Amino acid sequence: MTNVVKQRWKTESGKDIFNFLKIMEMRIDTNQLLRFTTAGSVDDGKSTLIGRLLYDSKAIFEDQLQAVENTSKRKGHDGVDLALFTDGLRDEREQGITIDVAYRYFTTPKRKFIIADTPGHIQYTRNMVTGASTANAALILIDARNGVIEQTKRHAFIASLLQIPHIIVCVNKMDLVDYSEKIYEDIINQFEGFSSKLYVKDIQFLPISALNGDNVVKRSKNMDWFQGAPLLHTLEHMHISSDINKIDARFPVQTVLRPQSEGFIDYRGYAGRVASGIFRSGDEVTIMPSGFTSKIKSIDTMEGSLNEVFAPMSVSITLEDDIDVSRGDMIAKTNNKPSPVQEFDAMLCWLNITSARPRAKYTILHTSNEQKAMIKEVLYKIDINTYSREETDKSLNMNDIGRIKIRTTRPLMIDEYRDNRITGSFVLIDDATHETVAAGMIL
Amino acid sequence: MSKYYLNYLDELESEAIFILREVWAQFQNPVILFSGGKDSILVTHLAKKAFYPSKIPFPLMHVDTGHNFPETIQFRNEIIEDLNAQLIVGSVQESIDQGRVAEEKGKNATRNSLQITTLLDAIEANRIDCAIGGGRRDEEKARAKERFFSHRDDFGQWDPKNQRPELWNILNGKHFEGEHFRVFPISNWTEMDVWNYILRENVKIPSLYFAHDREVVWRNDSWIPVSDHLKLEEGEAVHTKKVRFRTLGDITITGGIESDADTLEKIVAEVASMKQTERGNRSDDKRSETAMEDRKRQGYF
Repeated sequence: MTNVVKQRWKTESGKDIFNFLKIMEMRIDTNQLLRFTTAGSVDDGKSTLIGRLLYDSKAIFEDQLQAVENTSKRKGHDGVDLALFTDGLRDEREQGITIDVAYRYFTTPKRKFIIADTPGHIQYTRNMVTGASTANAALILIDARNGVIEQTKRHAFIASLLQIPHIIVCVNKMDLVDYSEKIYEDIINQFEGFSSKLYVKDIQFLPISALNGDNVVKRSKNMDWFQGAPLLHTLEHMHISSDINKIDARFPVQTVLRPQSEGFIDYRGYAGRVASGIFRSGDEVTIMPSGFTSKIKSIDTMEGSLNEVFAPMSVSITLEDDIDVSRGDMIAKTNNKPSPVQEFDAMLCWLNITSARPRAKYTILHTSNEQKAMIKEVLYKIDINTYSREETDKSLNMNDIGRIKIRTTRPLMIDEYRDNRITGSFVLIDDATHETVAAGMIL
Repeated sequence: MSKYYLNYLDELESEAIFILREVWAQFQNPVILFSGGKDSILVTHLAKKAFYPSKIPFPLMHVDTGHNFPETIQFRNEIIEDLNAQLIVGSVQESIDQGRVAEEKGKNATRNSLQITTLLDAIEANRIDCAIGGGRRDEEKARAKERFFSHRDDFGQWDPKNQRPELWNILNGKHFEGEHFRVFPISNWTEMDVWNYILRENVKIPSLYFAHDREVVWRNDSWIPVSDHLKLEEGEAVHTKKVRFRTLGDITITGGIESDADTLEKIVAEVASMKQTERGNRSDDKRSETAMEDRKRQGYF
């Protein structure tokens, strides 16, 4: 390896390096981060697809490749088993399944990507939900030989429940069905038969073979009938700037900065990350829940003050008036405020082995705010395989999803999850164990 | 007319600042685990930004194996003075002297796993409820499953199969007396992101990262630096090579690579062309397929 590096430097003049860096800098200035989730099992080729993306985009290093080649040989596979690139913990390697969310990274000249790789079995719904909560896009894999199965409907439901802005349905293993256009069209029809019942903004379909690389990074030579772009190109060019709400300005206060040092004797900055929308210096703002109003005096960072700031930037905001603001408060524009409520409906996903205790108190975390909360009523549960409502058995057990009524001790400043994934979401914590037991999406 | 989206480095920076501020809001007694390596330097740099114009509101903690590069210690002391911060040192040598741990034997003996005891002792002695580290998910397969806020039981152990789900940007740092958290603000950064950011921000890093002439020995497929702790084996010879280090661990196990990269620009270009992972030169990770997972379960960084 040292030789590789040496040769590189011998053949490159200083000028080449300078140009190379100029290109790199351009990328850094403009390239966005796209987070996507892949749910599925080894059977439908999820691990192979991720392995293919990492391998073909050159995110795999020689020593990683060597390790995987060795294991492939030991297990008696022909060639490199791409699925081995995503093996994580020892138990997962031994059982050949994904248990927990694993994060993978790769970068292309266009974008940086974070993959939340989650298991697809029903007992791991909680991990799918976790991976989906921050994703811009969801990849849903379908084995072309099997068509739409229960798992497909489950994944589509979770993607819509968590409001993942973009869904890409990959019909995989096209090589095993002779790259048949008819089979592909039939699967799309099956999918659209149920997906029309879901609230999703953007669905695209792709025929691929992860194993052979058809339509993953490079366009397939085996499917002339398909005119769309390959998967990577789709991920690189998808419009994601609108995925974050830029309309409703919300600033949950994390902590107060009071340096009391020379030059900053009276400085009082409210530190936080903009949850949504845009704030400008001079904006009329209301502090929630107190209702005090003021104007933004400055928006500060270590590099200096900014005229405007938008989600998801982390800054420190100072106000014209000396009013009491602390962690858990929210700064919003006076002409567009969230609603302070103490009772609301939400879709709740139960994440813990200990079932929900009816009318018990939990700690609720919502943005930087913390309260006690009580599940007043479970209205119904949803069967995520059939999308039907269950109105008789209302117990919330691990991996169950249901609509609930919840009441908090003091008002929360909420938006609907559909409009705002940050101010519309919350988690519940069991005070007996301190574990995160449920994730909620406000209706 | 501005475009209302961030580039990925700005987004990663904002995410890390958010996490560091959550630490300050949710814990009583947090520290930054500072090794003198680029990742903990980056975390410290981000902490400066998170709390500006206040100074970093928590101490830096160094687990000193006694097998340091002298340059690392010098750099550590400078940064402490620069930040006007408090330094807590946990000493592996003291743990050995007190009989808490025993030195490994054999040719590839290191103090790497001995650090676990020293680290956990220091956490307990200083009543630390949160240790902020520079771990990244792209480093190693066990790390790929790590949370931002990672719970440790009262023995300091990690249970990878029983982790708290982490959704949206809601971080749950609740814990009982005696338990603590490890927090990883740069989880989502890759090695390339770290270098690009260090270049962009012109972050000061130890001279060891830059190509320099050094006496080294070829061992375990990399150039191990000559030091008081190195015993020459039969057939090994001392060479003087122009080398630099991609990661900084103990001087006894951190292999250098031959390189002419003596500026940040050249380092970034070199890293971009690398064919091996950065931990490929760390013999602590080569011991077995699950070496990192096993150490992490016990309480390693």
